Amino acid sequence: MATYDKLFETLGLTDWCDVNKSGGPMSMADLLKQAKGEDASVDDTSFWETPFPSLDELNSACPAIPKSRDFTDIVENSFLSIKDPLKAVLDPITQPLSWALDGSLWLFEATPWFVLIPLLLLAVFYATRSFGLVLFVGITFLIMAVIDHYVPAIQTLSIIFVCTGFSVILGVPIGILMSRSNTLQKVMIPILDMLQTLPTFVYLIPLIFLFSVTESKLYGIAIILYAVVPVVRLTDLGIRLVDKEVLEAAHAFGMTDRQKLFKVQIPLALPNIMAGVNQTIMMSLAMVVIASLVSAPGLGVLVLRGIRNLELGVGLVAGFGIVMLAVLLDRVTKKALARVNAAQKQ
Amino acid sequence: MMTKDPMISIRKLYKVFGPTPSEMMQHVLHGLGKEELLDQHGHVLGLQDINVDMQEGETTVVMGLSGSGKSTLIRHVNRLIDPTAGEVLIQGENILDANADALRGIRRTQMSMVFQHFALLPHKTVLDNVALAPIVRGDAPETYKKDALHWLERVGLSGYEAHYPHQLSGGMQQRVGIARALTSNAPIMLMDEAFSALDPLIRTDMQDLLLELQKELHKTIVFISHDLDEALKLADHLVILKDGKVVQQDEPQRILLQPEDDYIVDFIADINRARVLKVRSIMEPIKLDSFVGQVDQEDTLEDVIAMTGGDTSGTYQVLSNGQPVGQLDLKTLMRALVRTQASASKRVI
Repeated sequence: MATYDKLFETLGLTDWCDVNKSGGPMSMADLLKQAKGEDASVDDTSFWETPFPSLDELNSACPAIPKSRDFTDIVENSFLSIKDPLKAVLDPITQPLSWALDGSLWLFEATPWFVLIPLLLLAVFYATRSFGLVLFVGITFLIMAVIDHYVPAIQTLSIIFVCTGFSVILGVPIGILMSRSNTLQKVMIPILDMLQTLPTFVYLIPLIFLFSVTESKLYGIAIILYAVVPVVRLTDLGIRLVDKEVLEAAHAFGMTDRQKLFKVQIPLALPNIMAGVNQTIMMSLAMVVIASLVSAPGLGVLVLRGIRNLELGVGLVAGFGIVMLAVLLDRVTKKALARVNAAQKQ
Repeated sequence: MMTKDPMISIRKLYKVFGPTPSEMMQHVLHGLGKEELLDQHGHVLGLQDINVDMQEGETTVVMGLSGSGKSTLIRHVNRLIDPTAGEVLIQGENILDANADALRGIRRTQMSMVFQHFALLPHKTVLDNVALAPIVRGDAPETYKKDALHWLERVGLSGYEAHYPHQLSGGMQQRVGIARALTSNAPIMLMDEAFSALDPLIRTDMQDLLLELQKELHKTIVFISHDLDEALKLADHLVILKDGKVVQQDEPQRILLQPEDDYIVDFIADINRARVLKVRSIMEPIKLDSFVGQVDQEDTLEDVIAMTGGDTSGTYQVLSNGQPVGQLDLKTLMRALVRTQASASKRVI
C-alpha cells in the first residue's frame, strides 16, 4: 500500500493505472522490507512523513506512471541514438587534435633533455626578457629531473601547449564574433557558463561513449572544452573595451573592417587576450590531472597512482610537481603580459 | 563671396535618435519640438533643419554648449553618423548616396579628422600614427615617410618619431593628431573639440599653430568648439547651435555687432569686444579729407585705443594694404564697445 493510493482511487484512475500492470522486478526497498518480515502492503507512514509526490512515489501507487529511472534512460537512449552520426561528424573533425597531441608528445619525449631544456629556457627568455625567470624555470626542471619526474613533467607540458594552442585558435575567433554581435554574445554566455561550471568529470562521460579511450583526442577535447572559456570571454571583453574614439579615428581615416580588426581592435585588446591565455593555461593544467583518468599521460598519472594504490609519497610529490609547473607557467605568461601592457599603456 | 560653390554643404539635415527615427520624422516635420518628442515618443531630436555652407579654404567653427548637437553635426560630414533626413554635399556630391567603398574612398582622400582625446594608436610609434592615412591607403613606407616627417616637423615634433604616444604630453599628442590629419593631404579637416582637453596656455599655442598652418595650407576646416574665445579667434564663418538648431550663422564680427537672439546676446556678453572686434567691421565710407592718423582695417579696437593713448576724439583713416578704404570715428569705436541688444524683432520676451 503506497501513500498516494487513495489519491488515484478518489480520482477514479485505478483501472487506468492497472492496465499495464506486470510483475516487474522487485525494488531493493521492497526486498528489504520483505527480508525484515514487514508487510509491504501496510501503509505505516504518518501524515508528517508524507513523501513528495515524485515519479517513483507515484509509480508505486500507480504503475502506469513512469519511474525516475525511465527519465535517465531517455537521456541515455537519446544520446546513444545520436551517437553514431555524431561520431561520424566529430571523428574526422577532431582527428587533427589527436595528431597534434601525439606528435607533440613524441617530439617532447624524443628530444634529448640537454636540447629541450635549453630550448625551453631560451623561449622563456624570449617571452619575458627576465634572467630571474629563466633561472627559476631552470631550477624547477633540474629538481624535476633529479627526482625522475622529468618525463611526466614534459608530457604534461606538451599536452598543455597543444591544448592551449587549440584553445587560442578556437577561442579568439569566437570571442571576436561575440564582440560583434550582441545576439551571439547572449547565446554564448550561458554556454560558456555551463562549460565552466559543469563538473570536470561530467565532460568525460559522453566523450568516453564517443571515442575510444586509447585516443588522445578524448582527453584533448575535455581539456579544451574546459579551458577555452576564459580566452573567449576575455577576447570578447577586450575588443568591446577598445577606446571608442580610436575606433572612430579608424573609421574616419577609411579603414576597412579587416584593417580595423588587425590594426586596431586585436592589438588594443591584446592585454586582455593574453590575460585570457594565462587563465586558459591554468585551467588546462587543472584538467590534465582529471584527464589522466582517460589515459592522458603526465604527472596526473602519478597523482592517480597515489590515490589508487594509496602511495602517499608518489601522489604528493607529483602534486607538488604540478604546482611547480603551474607557478612557472603563470609567472612566465604574466611577465610576457606585463611586457605587452608596458608597450601600450595609455 | 558666394561666387564659388561651397566645399561642404549641409541641406535640411535632421537627426533623430531612438528605436524608430524615420517614423518620428513625420512628427518633427509637423513641428513637434525637441522636448515634446522626448516626452511623447521617447526619441531625442539631435539635429533639426541644419543648413550650413562651408566655403573652400575657410574655417567654419560650429559652436554650442554641450548637448547642442555640435559633435553629432561634424560626424555627419564624414558619415560616422547617418542622418535621418537631409543631404550632405561634398563638392556638390551627396555623400549619403555613396556606397561603403566610395565612402571609404572619400574618407581616405577627401577628409581627415582630429579628435578631442587624440585617439592615437597606443601600440604604434609617433611616425606610424602620423602616417596612418597613407598606411590605411596601402602606400609603401618609402613614399610616405618623408611626408610624415615633414608634417611632424611642422607641428614642432621632430625627433619624436620613434616615441610612443604615452611618452608624450597631452599637447604633444594633439600635435601628433594634427600632423596625422595633415599627412592625409585631404582638403577637408574635421576638428572635433580638438583643443578642449588641453591646458589654456597650450590651447592658445595650438590655436596659433593652426592659424599659422592654415595661412599657407588653406584647408577647409570644420572646427567644433564650446569656447567662444576660441571660436572667434579661429572662425571665418561661425555657426552657433542650440538644442540641435542653428541660432545664428555669420562672420564672427557681424554676430558680435548684430546678434539676432537673446541667447546669442547672453553668449557674447562676457567677451572682450575691444580685443575681438576689428576696425573693418565698424568703419564707415570716407567722407572727410583730413585725418588725425591712420589705422589698418585688420587692427583690433584694442590696438586703436592703445595707439590713441586714450584720446577718444578724432577720426582716423582706415587702410587696407596701404590703400585708404574707409574712416573710423573714435565715437563709433566707443559705441561699438558697448554690449549690443538683440534686434527688436527677434527678441524673446
